[in-house]
Amino acid sequence: MDQEYITNFLADEDDRVDGIDKVTGRAKYTADHHPENMVYGVFVTSTIARGAIKNFKLNEAKDAPGVLEIITHLNCPALPGYNPWAKDPKKKGFEWRGLKPFHQNLVYHYGQPIALVVATTWEKAVKAASLVKAEYINEVAETDFNSLRKTESKLKPSGEYKRGQADAYKQAEVFVENEYYMPVETHNPIELHATIAQWDSEDKLLVYDKSQGPKGTQSELARLFGIEEKNVRVITKFLGGAFGSSLRSWPHVPAACIAAKMVKRPVRVQLTRRQMFTMVGYRPMAWQKIAVGATKEGKLTGITHHAISNTSRYEDYREGIVNASHYLYECPNVNTSYKILPLDVNTPTWMRGPGEATGAFALECILDELAYKLNMDPVELRIKNYAVLHPQSKLPWTSKFLRECYDKGREMIGWSNRPATPRSLTENGKLIGYGMGGGAFGASRGNATVKAVFTSEGKLLLYSAVSDMGPGTATAMVSIAAQVMNMPSSKISFLLGDTEFPPGPTQGGSTTTSTMGTAVSLVCDTLKAQFTEIALKQSPLFNGLSEADLEFDKESIRSKKETNKKISLTELLKASGKPQIEVLKESGPDPAVRSKYAMNSFSAHFIKVAVDPATGAIEFLKVVCTGDGGKIVSPKTARSQMIGGAVGGIGMALTEEALIDKTTGKYLTDTLGSYQVPRHRDVPFIHTWFPDLADPLINPMGSKGVGEIALIGFASALANAVYNATGKRLTHLPLKPEKLV
Amino acid sequence: MEQHVHSCPGKSRRDFIKKSTALTAISLTPIAVVKAGENHEAIASFFEKTPLQMEVNGKTVQVLVDPGVSLLDMLREQLGLTGTKKGCDQGHCGACIVHVDGKRVNSCLTEAVDNNGKKITTIEGLADGDKLHPVQEAFIKHDAFQCGYCTPGQIMSAVACIREGQANTETDIREYMSDNICRCGAYPNIVAAIREAKNSGQKI
Repeated sequence: MDQEYITNFLADEDDRVDGIDKVTGRAKYTADHHPENMVYGVFVTSTIARGAIKNFKLNEAKDAPGVLEIITHLNCPALPGYNPWAKDPKKKGFEWRGLKPFHQNLVYHYGQPIALVVATTWEKAVKAASLVKAEYINEVAETDFNSLRKTESKLKPSGEYKRGQADAYKQAEVFVENEYYMPVETHNPIELHATIAQWDSEDKLLVYDKSQGPKGTQSELARLFGIEEKNVRVITKFLGGAFGSSLRSWPHVPAACIAAKMVKRPVRVQLTRRQMFTMVGYRPMAWQKIAVGATKEGKLTGITHHAISNTSRYEDYREGIVNASHYLYECPNVNTSYKILPLDVNTPTWMRGPGEATGAFALECILDELAYKLNMDPVELRIKNYAVLHPQSKLPWTSKFLRECYDKGREMIGWSNRPATPRSLTENGKLIGYGMGGGAFGASRGNATVKAVFTSEGKLLLYSAVSDMGPGTATAMVSIAAQVMNMPSSKISFLLGDTEFPPGPTQGGSTTTSTMGTAVSLVCDTLKAQFTEIALKQSPLFNGLSEADLEFDKESIRSKKETNKKISLTELLKASGKPQIEVLKESGPDPAVRSKYAMNSFSAHFIKVAVDPATGAIEFLKVVCTGDGGKIVSPKTARSQMIGGAVGGIGMALTEEALIDKTTGKYLTDTLGSYQVPRHRDVPFIHTWFPDLADPLINPMGSKGVGEIALIGFASALANAVYNATGKRLTHLPLKPEKLV
Repeated sequence: MEQHVHSCPGKSRRDFIKKSTALTAISLTPIAVVKAGENHEAIASFFEKTPLQMEVNGKTVQVLVDPGVSLLDMLREQLGLTGTKKGCDQGHCGACIVHVDGKRVNSCLTEAVDNNGKKITTIEGLADGDKLHPVQEAFIKHDAFQCGYCTPGQIMSAVACIREGQANTETDIREYMSDNICRCGAYPNIVAAIREAKNSGQKI
């Protein structure tokens, strides 16, 4: 296996544009910034899950060394976004989404921020925070998802779907049904969430924030404080992972801004690892009941899929858990329902492959169950029910290369060696099994604006407010620009992560390359048109030629017919008399494509495992992840994203489970020691493959996102492989070895 | 002065200093401190700090630290060496790994004062000017990161892992790198990078 680590790498692929910054420690993440005079804020958090704060005892903390201020609901200034009715009782304005720190004395969950101690050093703030005493009015908290979900009156219906006949599986020649459970899974990026806030004047705010969408954060903060958007600047130069946890602003963001206002100094609030479990969302717990029916030949006749996931008491969070059942396979009769259960816990949020990853675990496992009952190959079952038109909307897909993924995945894993009968293949005393599973995710495109500046030194600078949590947005954008301009990547820079730049999208939902790339492509086309115009006007070389006769080649424009007639772009710029050329372009979704086509990325994961029958330990023998992401813009980073998704899948499948104490509502696993994420020793070499075929309609690059599909379906592939090896169907994640012995 | 403190049960040295007259304190205090803070708090802080001398990335540094400050926070907040990251502050993630006298150490788990006189190398001290260390180069080539946040810790750990002789096989690398979490999941690429750097014949 050692050899694989060498051969996977292709020499001619572009490296990340920010690679040197990242390997030398020069890359500045949020908490690496240190404005002059900055002080430190540390949260005091609730030790009950439901009730109210009766009073605080703050004297000891206030007298502690270095303490500048202690913010609670008792001294927090009135904020327009906290109380949108204040100005005009009839007209409700913007209201801060989710928990409003220091707004009221109510406690909604264990670990809720109830006070912020601001001190001259972090250590002093930590010490003083430990001295803050709160007295509570304690109420009985409801946190036990698995018992409360059975009480219908506690559930909030959140969507139903039916086509054809409901529960048609019951009349099918062959059917299977089962229940599946997903525990709380936390994002826990290694960068702790942090915000540094600095008020440059009464209504001018500078914020360094760990945000997947600086523009979104800017807008939320402007409305919270009732100031103009242009007076709020949000900077996120480097983002140390997020996976969805930075798609919205959590309580520490306003808390830092409020504190900075009160102490009149820049304030940094960086969460502790424990606080990362209670303040920045997670993938919700979900129970699913799913049934599929088919003809003896394996044609699906009915899918029924019900799901319940948890939310908090103060906010409704919903995700598309049952959606894949609507459209992943051709099936005439489908009915689904989705309900949410409010608990006395913090609010969940989007996490890599939101909804779809949870749903795919149930759907792809139940199809595997059906395949065994039909005595059919699980891949053949999927091919038999392959959807050519989107079964819910009946629209064609802009592109769908899932079939190619099935074929290549089978070949790469050695699917022909898969035993049809579970627990029938052993090697060296271990049980061997093969499994597969996959899924899909939306591949839409949003709005983005890019500014391009071509400088007198011949450099192309591209600007957008978008931030990059790690997939390599700047690398992909430079690669797109290099291709469109036909100039070397080394002459192009993509500057991001600052609201001073033109508006970029929030990075999420596997849409950034598509959305940003379209704008980059467009702005480069416009820049080329301007250069062409200058060339035709200013250069005698091209007398009598028109736009169609010219082409771009290596930072020059030349005549297509007589390629020695060329002029460099810098010379052209000089000839134009301008110091630089600046172009601003906005792009958005194409409504014509959107109304006529369905747009999705797809994945199929194949896994070969060995299970120790004595201990239940699961060992990966081979992992193959295939993904239809259209044309791959940046092969190196796309492959890394695919591998990263698989590693997320390994965590979801084998180790990750955040347990909440039923009585207190406290997370029992609230460190990276007790909440186990995959480590080096847990992760094998991961083979990846992309059809790398262009989608003709989605965007000029022909690319579709791979961030979500990299993870979606992975846990089901593993559960199916474990079943093939052991004959034991595990339906609750994570798949623990003790359940196999 | 220590005696005064000990003769006041329940009162800290800090309380004593804060409550002495500013004049007395100033008369005992270097000019820099008087300038740095005009209030009693700053003066009290000064007396609590411990002077340390270390070699950080080949340079001798002198620094005054509060008790209880971790080596990690000293590097980041006082020396401005923010390449070393805080990922958990509990020794679980490895983002803060630096070399102390040549050994890899979780800098969040060791107090700054315990490192007096020691030789510290951080990610900022690994390259030779603009020439990257072979492990840094291999990390770029093999795309051994996505967000880059755990990368300084991974690289410092990887260099130590190779020097320790624990990077001979892929299995060894995976085992001896397991104190470093990469949540983006670049593990296979990190292993590839370490193997290449190890086998390159270059001095690690």
